[in-house]
Amino acid sequence: MDAFRKLEIDPRLIGMMAALVLIWIGFHVLSQGAFLTPRNLWNLSVQTSAIAVMATGMVLVIVTRNIDLSIGSVLGVVGMIVGVVQARLLPEFWGLEHPLTWPAAVLVAILAGGLIGLLHGALIAYLAIPSFIVTLGGLLVWRGAAWWVTTGQTVAPMDTHFRSIGGGIEGAVGAGPSWLIAGLAILAIGAILLVERRRKLGFGFSVRPVWAEMLVFAVAAAGVAGAALVVNAYPLPMGVARRLADAQGIPWPDGGIEIPHGFAVPVLIAVGIGAAMAFLAKRTRFGRYVFSIGGNPEAAQLSGINTRRVLMQVYGLMGALTGIAACITTARLNAATNAAGTLDELYVIAAAVIGGTSLSGGVGTIVGAMLGALVMQSLQSGMVLLGVDTPLQNIVVGIVLVTAVWLDTLYRRRIR
Amino acid sequence: MSETRTMSEAPAPLVEMREISIAFGGIKAVEAASVDLHAGEVVGLLGHNGAGKSTLIKILSGAYRADSGEIRVNGAPVSIQSPRDAKAHGIETIYQTLALADNVDAAANIFLGRERLTRWGTLDDAAMEAETRRVMARLNPHFRRFKEPVSALSGGQRQSVAIARAIHFNARILIMDEPTAALGPAETAQVGALIRQLKAEGIGIFLISHDLHDVFDLADRITVMKNGRVVGTARVADVTKDEVLGMIIGGKCPAGAVPGPGASL
Repeated sequence: MDAFRKLEIDPRLIGMMAALVLIWIGFHVLSQGAFLTPRNLWNLSVQTSAIAVMATGMVLVIVTRNIDLSIGSVLGVVGMIVGVVQARLLPEFWGLEHPLTWPAAVLVAILAGGLIGLLHGALIAYLAIPSFIVTLGGLLVWRGAAWWVTTGQTVAPMDTHFRSIGGGIEGAVGAGPSWLIAGLAILAIGAILLVERRRKLGFGFSVRPVWAEMLVFAVAAAGVAGAALVVNAYPLPMGVARRLADAQGIPWPDGGIEIPHGFAVPVLIAVGIGAAMAFLAKRTRFGRYVFSIGGNPEAAQLSGINTRRVLMQVYGLMGALTGIAACITTARLNAATNAAGTLDELYVIAAAVIGGTSLSGGVGTIVGAMLGALVMQSLQSGMVLLGVDTPLQNIVVGIVLVTAVWLDTLYRRRIR
Repeated sequence: MSETRTMSEAPAPLVEMREISIAFGGIKAVEAASVDLHAGEVVGLLGHNGAGKSTLIKILSGAYRADSGEIRVNGAPVSIQSPRDAKAHGIETIYQTLALADNVDAAANIFLGRERLTRWGTLDDAAMEAETRRVMARLNPHFRRFKEPVSALSGGQRQSVAIARAIHFNARILIMDEPTAALGPAETAQVGALIRQLKAEGIGIFLISHDLHDVFDLADRITVMKNGRVVGTARVADVTKDEVLGMIIGGKCPAGAVPGPGASL
């Protein structure tokens, strides 16, 4: 236990990882070896991305003692806007499959989502309408608005480049780039650990013992390398591999060529956003203000923090992240439908809460919320794999959510 | 009336609040209240709950905005619209509730709103912790729990964090709202010693307290408020505790005090 403390890692994070491993092994055994396969894990990672992206923003919203019930509907309306922009408006302007179509569509999504979020934030912060009500209204308004964009018509197909944002066969980066990304990530982790250690030593603070530092680094590096191994062990379907081979003029042997998927683009987006949001939460003034507002709004205000502006920015950020999630979802479905994102707000809130975000405010981590999203998605796709009916799936997810929060409450009371 | 009106003879007071009024929804919480404070002086603000002393002081600290009246710092009129403005004039406040963010550590609280940044614009937690260790070594040498959220600290430790936050940024004017209300005898004595030390450094202190003994012990002058108005101001040496009690309870201004608008006839 003492050695454990020297690692200076939140025990709850370890607990969540342990729960995840248990869930994975459990489903693996129950499904007779179908869960822990490269194929299933790859799909799991793609399915988690959109929820994980939004969960990083939801952590900050809940940390300020607020809630956002509207994001599923915002995802719906932004998805429709993105669909119309790239499938109808931009092709008229510069033709189909223009290289600038996907960045333009993503930018529109971030702006539209961000503006909707800022509007919610302004109503909550400056007009002092409770966030529950504002975003409950938003849930209805934006779902209705999603229908209005095309009066209910589904927009399809999406731009080819845009589709890679959603993963799928076009949306994986391949073996070489995956190893490169994994290598860079490992270097970055090492550099961060080293810089932190130097800083602390420079001020004469206590640091982890060297063995603990090495262990943390080894586990993190092994995790990254393991992920790269898994995604590179999942080959593209033969037909696609053949098409790729033909396109590059590689002769097609009788046995075929195994071309690995590599990391899916949405997963890289989600991990990148997770890192950026963790940085924002922990290392910037904005993040410090968000957490101190959650701890004591009055104290934050008396310290001269413009708490209203910070709150509005949090909602703006939540909206922008929802815009990115809308891109991932629309690209993955290769269609914009006005029902996209239905119930996502609940999965996102559940992910944040399972990940240790306290609904009474002030407490939560980005990493925890992303792990929470992975736990939720693992449960769901595991049950799909086992052929569990949808109603029973919902029952299980609901029970797990309540139990997880209960356990967390017990833990918190014990350390107090 | 008070010494403040004879500014031509004495140097301008550190702070002067003149004819301050504020109403909340038609209820006059403070009415035409005037107080002043000189460098190196402790002025005790006394009165019942709801007498308006905390409200008056929150106007000085920027938490409320006065409906009318004037605030002068070193004789020059200033505009205090927010806590940030007050801090810019060297006015720091230790609130009765301490106003700490319970979920973050001592350093984060001390530097809240005034974070030290690295050259890349990120939070410099190591530098803030190092400074926190220095200031806490002076205030509370036994303090060790730098990494824990302040919710895990004892009442006295939390108090020292709140005090550290107020005095770390070269405060010239310190407002202490019931600084010893939540403390044990040893910690109360510690706060008393600190007040004397800060006073010796030339800092002016407004001390809000219910405890007459504390105030008589530490303050140079007292101002008593009742029903939002100033009953009177007196040197501690010129009045007795009983007379001050009479001011607080009955609004009667004794001979040793300068009467204010709230004095009963």
